[in-house]
Amino acid sequence: MLKNFFKTFLLVELLKGMALTGRHFFQRKITVQYPDERTPYSPRFRGLHAQRRYPNGEERCIACKLCEAVCPAMAISIESEKRDDGSRRTTRYEIDLTKCIFCGFCEESCPVDAIVETHIYEYHGEKRGDLYYTKPMLLAVGDKYEAEIAKAREADAKYR
Amino acid sequence: MALEIEIDGKKLTVPDGSTIMDAAHQVGTYIPHFCYHKKLSIAANCRMCLVEVEKAPKPLPACATPVTDGMKVFTHSDLAVKAQKGVMEFLLINHPLDCPICDQGGECQLQDLAVGYGGGDSRYQEEKRSVPEKNMGPLVSAEEMARCIHCTRCVRFTEEIGGFQEIGMAHRGEFSEILPFLGKTVDSEISGNVIDLCPVGALTSKPFRYSARTWELSRRKSVSPHDGLGSNMVLQVKHNRVYRALPLENESINECWLADRDRFSYEALNSDLRLTKPMVKQDGRWIETDWAAALDYVSHGLKDIIARDGADRVAFLASPHSTTEELFALKKLARALGVKNTDYRTRRADFRADALQNGALWLGGDVVELAAAKSVLVIGSTLRKEQPLIAARLRQSVKKGTQLNLLALADDDLRTDTHAKLVVAPAALVNALAQVVAAAAELKQESCQLSLDAVSISDEARRIAASLSEAETGAIVLGNLAQHHPAFSELLLLAQELSRLTGARFGLFGEAANSVGAEVFFRPDQGGLNAAQMLAQPQAAYVLLNTEPDFDAHNPQLAKATLGQAKMVAALTAFRSPELLACADVLLPIAPFTETAGSFINMEGRLQSFNGVVKPLGETRPAWKVLRVLGNLAQANGFDFSSVEEIRAEFAKQLNADRVTGLDNTLKTDAAAVSTAVAAEGLQRLGEVPIYQADALCRRATSLQQTADARAPILGLHPDTLREQQLQAGQTVTVRQGEAEVSLTVGEDATLPSGVARVPTAHPLTASLGAMFGRIDIVRGK
Repeated sequence: MLKNFFKTFLLVELLKGMALTGRHFFQRKITVQYPDERTPYSPRFRGLHAQRRYPNGEERCIACKLCEAVCPAMAISIESEKRDDGSRRTTRYEIDLTKCIFCGFCEESCPVDAIVETHIYEYHGEKRGDLYYTKPMLLAVGDKYEAEIAKAREADAKYR
Repeated sequence: MALEIEIDGKKLTVPDGSTIMDAAHQVGTYIPHFCYHKKLSIAANCRMCLVEVEKAPKPLPACATPVTDGMKVFTHSDLAVKAQKGVMEFLLINHPLDCPICDQGGECQLQDLAVGYGGGDSRYQEEKRSVPEKNMGPLVSAEEMARCIHCTRCVRFTEEIGGFQEIGMAHRGEFSEILPFLGKTVDSEISGNVIDLCPVGALTSKPFRYSARTWELSRRKSVSPHDGLGSNMVLQVKHNRVYRALPLENESINECWLADRDRFSYEALNSDLRLTKPMVKQDGRWIETDWAAALDYVSHGLKDIIARDGADRVAFLASPHSTTEELFALKKLARALGVKNTDYRTRRADFRADALQNGALWLGGDVVELAAAKSVLVIGSTLRKEQPLIAARLRQSVKKGTQLNLLALADDDLRTDTHAKLVVAPAALVNALAQVVAAAAELKQESCQLSLDAVSISDEARRIAASLSEAETGAIVLGNLAQHHPAFSELLLLAQELSRLTGARFGLFGEAANSVGAEVFFRPDQGGLNAAQMLAQPQAAYVLLNTEPDFDAHNPQLAKATLGQAKMVAALTAFRSPELLACADVLLPIAPFTETAGSFINMEGRLQSFNGVVKPLGETRPAWKVLRVLGNLAQANGFDFSSVEEIRAEFAKQLNADRVTGLDNTLKTDAAAVSTAVAAEGLQRLGEVPIYQADALCRRATSLQQTADARAPILGLHPDTLREQQLQAGQTVTVRQGEAEVSLTVGEDATLPSGVARVPTAHPLTASLGAMFGRIDIVRGK
């Protein structure tokens, strides 16, 4: 009873609280000033999809459709044909990003590292249809970020 | 004698002479294998089926080891599994790691078994072997021969089932290669089966190449719409489109095979030539319209013409490739309108037998029974091209001792041994059959019930008669050429007489998928005109169901001229054909067999029903629905059926389980006289229907049209005739039949009798010519 009285009277709780606040006040801050500052990300980060090309400009995808088969959200649709040079190619390769759950199975299943998930997480669509990525869109993403994609694959290669 | 053996501890008795593989199948034990196939000879060269046998020092191949009494087999023992894994490692040494782009991926035996018996990685560091691609023709792709594991199934297939080794294995050891022979392609009419047989992705389908993966495709059962056999098949469908046709095993019909036209004709289903909207011709111009307007046009047109010219001036012609329900509904419509003129036999010339028929013509037994007969006589058939799978079946029978006799119009290579054959000109066919009948009568010392003129009997005719008389079971079959022959009724009478004399059964090969169905349900009514009359005497109105007059008529020249004079031609068709655009007034797009439910009655009288596997393309509608609306517009009773099952129920009394009743090949023969005189002057045409021109689907299947069998028709002449006519092979000449002249290349064809000009019909190049048989002239100075 008495102990309680002094505790209240001397504002012990308040001082404890202030001490905690004070400790944090002088600690190193973890808040990141997005978009001026960014957190680091793993080379395995699974963001926006991209289709890659070989250095000679040939698209990598061979239309094996393993990604389509493995996709748990059924977000990928592919149609294939025999191209004039006799190689197996896609005529349609589309990912519905509104369905995609970014599990990364597609890139894991790809035998030629054609479909990859990049580190890009800042993209949007103003209409629902904008998030329906077609083959030229995916290839454009790949072309633009090839350097980063290649670096991320390289960093992760020894664990694969 | 039965042997008692034990497989993996399970005791069983098997007949003497079985192999371990057979015994394992009996108890349901799976032994991995590649080269073993139940329909082919045993090669034992893949070694995948090695099993451990008690007291045997080494593992033995299950497919080639006959069982002995008391044998104990272990299929999953350490030794067996070790042997199988070792074999798998060897098989994978040279197999490329290209499963992701391989069409076989997902349905590959090597892939499946590699999961079970393959190692996780390869110990093989050396270079893999590379094998150049091969050209096996437009149907079979052999571009990745490095995938081949040399099981030789394809080699054995062409040799044993196809009858002629078109693929061989050259070189030895690491240099072994599967290849077609120097500069040749695989031209067999059943070549597509090597695609199914290949356990890896070395031989794949060229038209299908890279278009889909096996796991995306749903499998739907169907029945082949081509020859009268009614092969069972599986259509593989994705996104409302047929991507592939595969055989569905049915031992009593197609075994596990499929002819190329069954397998590859699906390409036509998605062709640009499909008619997808109803069209009406107005002032000579075709305009697309809607169904209501088009049906109204047909209905009113028919009504007006019937009112003005009478119902007996209206003709209904249907293709025997239509389903039974469609034919039944069309017949019903015809009866409701009072039209008696309905027929399907547009390629037939001789209808005198109609009055003698006791029932519908059919094969006269099952295909299995035909193949089991000890002696078979095939009259007027190109056999291999008309009935590819029956030809393959008979080839097997010949190996088991059946005597195959032929009465042929050309000495085509049937790729099998024949016992006796008479190759005669079309005009001499009746005479040749009469010789056989006379020989049989002489042999049996019976008098012939037909009054025959005296014929001089040739030795071959005697041999044929002897073969049929002496055999325990015999069969006589009239092929398509006999059915199209201008003396078909004589042939039928003679065949019946021969059958009576020798005890052999006789029948007809079904020309189309539903020949027997059409024979039962679509022959003209009493007093109605037959197809030849309808196409020779101009009628006021024609309704065509799937019929293409330039390709389906015995005399396309005459048919086109006759149709041109009609007041109205309404065509229900799946395709926009140039000829129909020229002669018809209204085109109604109807669904081909993949887009409608229905049934075909094959030549054995077996009704096989199927469902549509995809939705009708565009505004196409199933023909039975179109006919229902036409019936309703005509205010006829009984057109309120809402499914094919309801239509089928209407003719259920004519069915006995899955067999149609009312089949009877016998003829009334009171005082029938047969003239055996060979009267022919000038060059005689032999106008057979080429294998890939036989029906609307084949004609538009692009890959089939690139095969050797689809080559442009030439004017085939015997070397003697060539010399007589002072022509040389390779020369271009003009041939004339009736009004029309056509330029054709001359070719030497020693298989023909002299005086015969082989000019195939049903081809755009020859469609303007006249009758399939008859005089044909070579015009000089052009």
